[in-house]
Amino acid sequence: MEKEIQESDLEFDEAPRRVSSWKRFRRVFFGRKVVIYGVVVISLLVITVIFTPLLAPYDPYTTNVRNILAPPSTAHWLGTDTLGRDILSRIIYGSRNALFIGLIAVGFAATAGMLLGLIAGYFGGIIGAVIMRIIDSIQSIPMIMFAVTIAAFLGGGLQNVVIALGIALIAPYARLMCGQVLSVKQNDYILRAKAIGASDFRIMFKHIVPNCFPPLIVLMTMQVGHAILSEASLSFLGIGIKPPAAAWGSMVSEGYQYLLRSPQLSIVPGLAIMIVVFAYNMAGDGLRDALDPKLRGTL
Amino acid sequence: MTVLLEVKNLKTQFNTEAGLVKAVDGISYEVYEQEIVGLVGESGCGKSVSQLSVMQLIPTPPGKIVEGEVLFEGKDLLKLPENGAEIRAIRGGKIAMIFQEPMTSLNPVMSINQQISEMMQIHQGLTASEARKRSIELLAEVGIPAAESRIDDYPHQFSGGMRQRVMIAMGLSCNPKLLIADEPTTALDVTTQAVLLELMKDMVERFNTALVIVTHNLGVVARYATRIYVMYAGRVVESGKTKDIFSQPLHPYTIGLLKCIPRLDEVRGRRLVPIKGLPPNLVRMPPRCAFFPRCPYRIDRCHKEPWPPLSRVRAEHDVSCFVHMEGKVSGLN
Repeated sequence: MEKEIQESDLEFDEAPRRVSSWKRFRRVFFGRKVVIYGVVVISLLVITVIFTPLLAPYDPYTTNVRNILAPPSTAHWLGTDTLGRDILSRIIYGSRNALFIGLIAVGFAATAGMLLGLIAGYFGGIIGAVIMRIIDSIQSIPMIMFAVTIAAFLGGGLQNVVIALGIALIAPYARLMCGQVLSVKQNDYILRAKAIGASDFRIMFKHIVPNCFPPLIVLMTMQVGHAILSEASLSFLGIGIKPPAAAWGSMVSEGYQYLLRSPQLSIVPGLAIMIVVFAYNMAGDGLRDALDPKLRGTL
Repeated sequence: MTVLLEVKNLKTQFNTEAGLVKAVDGISYEVYEQEIVGLVGESGCGKSVSQLSVMQLIPTPPGKIVEGEVLFEGKDLLKLPENGAEIRAIRGGKIAMIFQEPMTSLNPVMSINQQISEMMQIHQGLTASEARKRSIELLAEVGIPAAESRIDDYPHQFSGGMRQRVMIAMGLSCNPKLLIADEPTTALDVTTQAVLLELMKDMVERFNTALVIVTHNLGVVARYATRIYVMYAGRVVESGKTKDIFSQPLHPYTIGLLKCIPRLDEVRGRRLVPIKGLPPNLVRMPPRCAFFPRCPYRIDRCHKEPWPPLSRVRAEHDVSCFVHMEGKVSGLN
């Protein structure tokens, strides 16, 4: 006999339990091991910056002409440089620059570039043309030339290097953002947002910007390494962070003259840059995934 | 009944590489309060453009509304400053719109709650938590099970039919006077279409909202609309009460359309008669009747004279056709 179907049989499977967005973010973000690596390295960097004087075994500026270019030993774990300064201490002191240049210069460039690209892409027309032609002309000057000009104008020092690099790195963000906005703007949901009476400001920041993030985050994480290395170029040209101060980039460029005799002079700060840049990249990757709503609620 | 929306001689044109496209070429129609009106025509006849023009949502450039009036509650919407506060208060607040593609009409990075709430926050000044409460109610009203637990989902977690339900909930969230549904069921499968149309009819009745259904599907309007406007090449060629248009179509185009849909109340085995030819190219439109090349009833006058204006043939039944003006109706039907 056929069984009569009851209303209760037709009930829907219970929906998966809701998780808070923060929990979801954490689960996606920390779901990949490399991302954890990235976060750990960046945390270590931050700790190092905060506790620099406590962590460094020697003063990074004390020279010792009797003990120059010493190989790694128990007294000097990573050896000494051309003036007999302890390399480990200099690496630790240099972490400050790596963090500031990485985060602040790139953060500033990304924010400014994003805003310019957003305005240019959204409004288009004359405003867009003017902004983008200025960006084009900035981009036609080699980035390092541009940074050199600004740095020469402002003078050296960490603060001015951050400003110079921050301005010099704007162009790629503006370009990328403008292109993103032009394509996102075509979507039906933007037309719908207009049709519900949303203002331009609301459409730009609530509807368009969040849809443009993924490629921007990728670009930012790549730019961090670029910025740290550019600091080295500026230092090499004598307008970066002033010589006695420890900066990884300038340490690489100072050490290259002794590459055959004491390779650790360049290799150690080079490795430090590599590790930090990789960490930024991985953390950025994780951030991109965790911000992707397609993965939200599914993990 | 009072007139809610009155569109007079609306002309919208697009400047394209191929030339000037007269997408909407002088259409006039009106919508009364709490009425369901159907706007029917094939792809590219200007249905959607006319509706976007009403809302001032035509992308300029390349589009431009060159002539006409859109009187909504007596106020000409086309005279309001572009994207100003006044028109924005009307969009969504007084006239809401449901779009054709539920898959792309929702923002992928915003939750359903944020998207339904947004409108109420803009127009009614509700706080986030008030708007959320109302959103859950609306979501339940449009028939989404377990609304409370689905409200924080993202659009990709909803099926096409469910998204269109969300769009309906959104459309009605601010209690608008007029809801424009632009091909609301085209992207959905047939069973979902029927369910959603019922839902939409139900909802507009409950909210006392007038509804304009824009569609190419005569079946859709036959069941729900009280009056129909048939569009061809950017113009209204016939208008009247739904039952008059279905029982006694006047314009050769309408007749053609009805001949190519199967009917239940007919002898079996009848062949469907397609309309021969293609819709005209809107760039190079001759001044005469655009349906002329495809018209089986054409007379000399059709070729020589410009497009005839809509004229009343029967009570509340208008047509733009010389055949009727000459009274040679016998050849038709």
